[in-house]
Amino acid sequence: MNIDIAIVGAGPAGLMAAIKSGQAGGKVLVLERANYLGGQLVKQTHKFFGSKSEYAGERGVDIAEMLVKQAQANPNVTTWNNATVLGYYQEDGVLTVKHHNEFITIKAKKIIIATGASEKTLAFPGNDLPGIFGAGAVQTLMNVHGVMPGKRLLIVGAGNIGLIVAYQLLQAGVEVAGIVEAASTIGGYLVHAAKIRRAGIPIYISHTIKKAYGSPTLAGATVCQLDTNWQQIPGTEFDIVADGLCLAVGLTPLAELLWQAGCTMSYIPELGGYVPLRNANQLTTNPSIYIAGDVAGVEEASAAMVEGKLAGLAAAASLGLTHAKLDQEYADAHNQLSALRAGSVSAKIRAGLAKVTLGQQSAPLLEVI
Amino acid sequence: MTEPVIICRCEDITLADIQERIEQGNHSLEELKRECRCGMGPCQGRTCMPLIAQELAKSLSKPTGEVILPSFRPPTAPISLGALARGSSHD
Repeated sequence: MNIDIAIVGAGPAGLMAAIKSGQAGGKVLVLERANYLGGQLVKQTHKFFGSKSEYAGERGVDIAEMLVKQAQANPNVTTWNNATVLGYYQEDGVLTVKHHNEFITIKAKKIIIATGASEKTLAFPGNDLPGIFGAGAVQTLMNVHGVMPGKRLLIVGAGNIGLIVAYQLLQAGVEVAGIVEAASTIGGYLVHAAKIRRAGIPIYISHTIKKAYGSPTLAGATVCQLDTNWQQIPGTEFDIVADGLCLAVGLTPLAELLWQAGCTMSYIPELGGYVPLRNANQLTTNPSIYIAGDVAGVEEASAAMVEGKLAGLAAAASLGLTHAKLDQEYADAHNQLSALRAGSVSAKIRAGLAKVTLGQQSAPLLEVI
Repeated sequence: MTEPVIICRCEDITLADIQERIEQGNHSLEELKRECRCGMGPCQGRTCMPLIAQELAKSLSKPTGEVILPSFRPPTAPISLGALARGSSHD
């Protein structure tokens, strides 16, 4: 196989990158670790916001299907599932891959890393009791496999993931005992929080989990209030009965391939952890490695799709692969990203990106290649 | 009785284990790994390393971003010796 662009990860960012670089004429190979394509989109049963160009109004699971179809319809694009990238070797730019149970080496001219993020967890007594899940696991059980994670769940984290999972639990007939949030404000969109409050579910801001209890499985959690320095206030403890605890406390970029590739990395709390420095077209400090989606900074699926577009177009253009509309598509994608990140809820993302973006944030394509 | 706080669930390492080793002078993630195998199980530290880095930062009174991470070596996921022994096929 003669590969121009290898893409690691077939979530919203990787699939969009494949579509765009394939349209430009690049021979693309998409490598996906899971046995299905679509990444976290397949767990999203709710309708997306944003703009029409990123499928606003559609459900995540349907967006995944559309992106997979569009990518696979292009003869330039090959997709592999059950393909885990094991390493990147700086000496010769080779990727080692486990495809099913075969060991394969792949040399591509350019690589787009779209590996996404992994869930963060919390340290508290009893945190390994059966019945305690990450939000991703709850969504996988419930939305992919149709298995109820419990009868009555308590959720930690009132960001968008915590709020959306709470609503999905209600839709599945699970009782939601409440949402505990350490910050003094609800991090997610008001429209999601309002739905939860209308259903009568309490959201405890400035509260945290002190401990989980139960034997042999979870029976409940002790919750307490936090002061303005994030310290637990003695005497404020109370118990919440629950047979399930869902931790929705954020994500951190899955960046190990970027470390192996020698990309310059920086710890940016606003973006979820260590992320690579990049220029306006998603190119890292390694001249053959581009990034897109949560691995570039934890955000949401719409932004991941647009970053995928940018990386796909830029990687293709850097190989001399282009078409009449490429420059226009590139400029449009930059405008879409700016619009997605314009709101006050994106202030943190903008601050984080300002620390890791080299050069102008929206330079024309030819200037950044 | 209070349940233990599990930091590294692959290797069953508790917060108390980590704190004790930091007190003994293990001030980097690399040293902690070599001492107790934290982060060396199936998840390869993807779950526990941020928590341990946070704990180190707290004990050493420095920002989490200044805690030096261990090297990220291939393979990123387990592969059977059988698959490796057959040699690599090239794309």
